Amino acid sequence: MFQIAGIQLRAPSNLTRFVLLAILSVSLMLLDARAHHLQHIRAGLTVLLSPIQVIAAVPVRLGGAVMDFFRGDQPLHEELARLRTEQPLLLARMQRYEALEAENAHLRALLGTSALVADKAVAAELREVASEPFRRTLVIAKGEKDGLYVGQPVIDAYGIRGQVSEVGILQSKAILITDPGHAIPVQVNRNGLRAIAFGTGAPDSVSIRYLTASADIKEGDLLISSGIGGSFPYGYPVARIKQVINNPNEAFLDIIATPVALLGHDKEVLLIWPSQKVLPPPTPAKPLAEKKPVASKKPATPKPQPAAVKPLVPQAAPKPDPEALTGTPPPPAPLPSPTEGATP
Amino acid sequence: MSLSHPMRSRLVIAATFLVALVLSILPWPVWTEQFRPDWVALVLIYWCMALPGRVGVGTGFLAGLILDVLYGSMLGENALAKSLIAFLTVHFHLQLRMFPRWQQAVVVLLLVITNNLLVLWIKHLAGASPAAWSYLTPSIVSMLIWPWLFVILRDIRRHGNVG
Repeated sequence: MFQIAGIQLRAPSNLTRFVLLAILSVSLMLLDARAHHLQHIRAGLTVLLSPIQVIAAVPVRLGGAVMDFFRGDQPLHEELARLRTEQPLLLARMQRYEALEAENAHLRALLGTSALVADKAVAAELREVASEPFRRTLVIAKGEKDGLYVGQPVIDAYGIRGQVSEVGILQSKAILITDPGHAIPVQVNRNGLRAIAFGTGAPDSVSIRYLTASADIKEGDLLISSGIGGSFPYGYPVARIKQVINNPNEAFLDIIATPVALLGHDKEVLLIWPSQKVLPPPTPAKPLAEKKPVASKKPATPKPQPAAVKPLVPQAAPKPDPEALTGTPPPPAPLPSPTEGATP
Repeated sequence: MSLSHPMRSRLVIAATFLVALVLSILPWPVWTEQFRPDWVALVLIYWCMALPGRVGVGTGFLAGLILDVLYGSMLGENALAKSLIAFLTVHFHLQLRMFPRWQQAVVVLLLVITNNLLVLWIKHLAGASPAAWSYLTPSIVSMLIWPWLFVILRDIRRHGNVG
């Protein structure tokens, strides 16, 4: 029995409590999902509850330490030797990569599209915490102060893993490309065919939907990020086609692909800051007027073939970010105009 | 023990929930994740059945909310599901106590399935669509673990003099 302001009140019944808390839950969900009003409350609660995560990570750490103790330093020596032989090889390949990158930037400048510049990447440690049931997520031990943002691509040494979905004070959450709520625009590396790779919730597969039977796609094809949509930069490996099932009763092909990134429990991921969010506008009219003096200063620029170049441009340039386009100046790459090309 | 009786009960109950929460986020190899039982739901069902006066809908809500924060799911998702199973367990606690252990396990299966279906349904509404049958294996594993967990928690309750 409660007594509030002289009035006798019975303790609320089980059903009343449930109804009240259910209403509270639903309103919390609506606030959280639709309006994102609860971000700061959630960030605070996460910090408050981080001891539970620390406790959960202890057995894994301890197991690792025990394993290291019994293994001794022989494997470490082997790994060091392997890395020592591997590094010069990779460096040698990098030399050529830089030359190719410069050449690529030059060629793209001739085509009038923005150059692909190397992205800034930072390694980030993962929290050893299991994923939510029915989802595929990671917890990254970096937060707001490290400059993470929602939608940031997360990769590893082999390909794209996912994207940051929530940035907290001390840690952030990322959803993997296999998460059932995730989709990533891709293209077939062999022929540039566009597609979207959807997560299924299975730990090691994504599905490619909405491709008709006439699409040129087959087992073993590598899918790379196409850069459309603006959140993932162009050209990172995503998945490899595992199976293409053509069921004549269905409108689209049933395609399963295996992600190339290691999506299992790993210690580290790479966070990238795509270097060029600003892309040239797809309509040549506006930048043409601004760019004319720059273009005319370069008489040595080889003549582009307007008829051949023009259809290429919208394909090569990923969809421009509308926010980035309004506030920032156009990129420095000179845009050769079709009219100048015709009358030098 | 120098602690007063209700205080100590509360601590013991909180400790079992803490262990359940840690087990819920303890990392395992990826392929075992579909077999992870719903530890928090199991502990909640036990305490709601044994001590419905002390543990009820409010505890379920709180445990679910903590789970939501730990998982990073929508706030209120697990809180709603756990309040629902706490409500059902408290409502039927007298019948549940009379049931033989295997029959209890079947009821636990139904409760965990209810919990998982509600969570899946909310996820569908929110946009993610996990595989349709993925809720079944965790529920079955929860049912299989119930008899053992029941004995462990009963011993904890008796030795800890929780009432």
